[in-house]
Formats: sequence, C-alpha cells, structure tokens
Amino acid sequence: MSKFKKSFHIKGRDFIRAGEASINVQNLLKSMDFDPRLIRRVAICGYESEMNVVMHGGDGSLSLEVDTDRLILEISDDGPGIEDIDLAMQAGYSTANDDHREMGFGAGMGLPNMKKNSDQIHIESNRDQGTVVRMIFFLPEGGKTD
Amino acid sequence: MKLSEIIETLDATLLIGEDKLDQDITKCGASDLMSDVLAAICEGCILLTGLTTVQVIRTASVAGVGAVAFVRGKKPPPEVVEMAGIQELPLISSPYSMFVSCGRLHACNLTGLNGQR
Repeated sequence: MSKFKKSFHIKGRDFIRAGEASINVQNLLKSMDFDPRLIRRVAICGYESEMNVVMHGGDGSLSLEVDTDRLILEISDDGPGIEDIDLAMQAGYSTANDDHREMGFGAGMGLPNMKKNSDQIHIESNRDQGTVVRMIFFLPEGGKTD
Repeated sequence: MKLSEIIETLDATLLIGEDKLDQDITKCGASDLMSDVLAAICEGCILLTGLTTVQVIRTASVAGVGAVAFVRGKKPPPEVVEMAGIQELPLISSPYSMFVSCGRLHACNLTGLNGQR
C-alpha cells in the first residue's frame, strides 16, 4: 500500500490552466523534501503529459503516488487514444495543430522527453478508448535524498 | 553574471523579481519552443523568448529556469507577471531582437545550456 496518493483533474482544451496539476505536484514534492533533481524530472514528465491531455486527450487526471521506494505518476484521459504508440515515441512525430505550436508545444518531443526523464514508462492506449501513461521514478536506497 | 548586469546589457526593464537582482546566471537558452526548454537542462539559466503566455511561466518553473527575458520589447499580460511572482521567477523585457539579445549576452561570456560558447 502506498504511503501517499493525490489526484488532480485535468480539463481538456483549457490552455490557461494547463500545467496547474504539475505545478501542484512539484510543490507537494518540495514540501516533502525530495531531491530537487528528482522533483524536476517528475514535474517535467507531469507537465509534458498534462499538455498532451489538454491538447489531444479531452478530460483527464494526473495522480501522484509516493511509495517507500518509488514515485508513481499516472496520467489518464478519455480522449481519442494513440493510434501507433511506437510512432508517437519517435522524436519529432506529432499530430499537433498550429494552435498548439503557437503556444510552443506540439513539436513531437513530449513522449520521448517523458521516457528520458522517468525510470520506467508504460503507455496503454486504444483508439477511442483514451490513454493511460504510468511513469515510475525509483528512489535511492533508503528512500528520499536531500 | 548577475541578473542586474543582464538587465543592463539588454537595456531591459525588470517586470518582477526585485529580490533576485543579485542572482548569478551563467547559462542562456533562447527558444519559443517550450518543448525544447523542457528537453534541455535549464537549471538556473536565463531563458530568452518571444512568447508571453502563462505556459512560458509554467515551463520555466517546471524546468528550473532562473529568469525569463522577453525579447523584441514584448511584455506579458498582468496575470502572467502575477503568476511569475507567485513562482518567484524574475521577468525582464528587452527592446532588442532575439539575435541581438543573444549576441550581447554571448559577448558577456554567458554560455549555452550545455556550457558551449
């Protein structure tokens, strides 16, 4: 059983609030005194995935689970799903539109960057059935570091 | 290089973050592509950008950016400045273009995000 779990709602197409959940996660981890480098990795993964939900996925949620040896970040949405996960993992592949690009996103860097910054990433997605992205960040032996 | 010296070099206006003027900055990144900012190691850098949306502030906060400089005289709306204040992220605005801003900071020995000159 995890030590701590908290979930945040993500509203699809709401570009003003996009990223709030990740900032909340970042602040939570700061208050728990985790290593700043680990916090940055988790926040970047959360933010990238949150932007994906807002841009493509419809409504969704982001949850943070703190366990004795790992942090787990899970992002799920009820959007159109990822048709070809292998293709989506390739740097530069994007289905974003011009509106997304005007905001500085949609360059096809999100999923590769999430893979780079997490220790494990699992993606479950089917067409028209939404997407669940689960990322694991292992804690150094003995738990968190300062 | 202190943030106050960067402001002088870029003939910039401080929009928020008076308490950070002594902050030391050695690296600079310039991009309108927030995905690139998130993919780089930006800890403590100054980010030059022409984008003035809330996403710049959130990207900078998540990536650990030290300060944001808006180029071409751009100034973000008040709610964006307010958000930066909450995130304790200093913002400055320079009248110079991205190219000239980069050149001026490069001439002052700032490096790129990977330490290259």
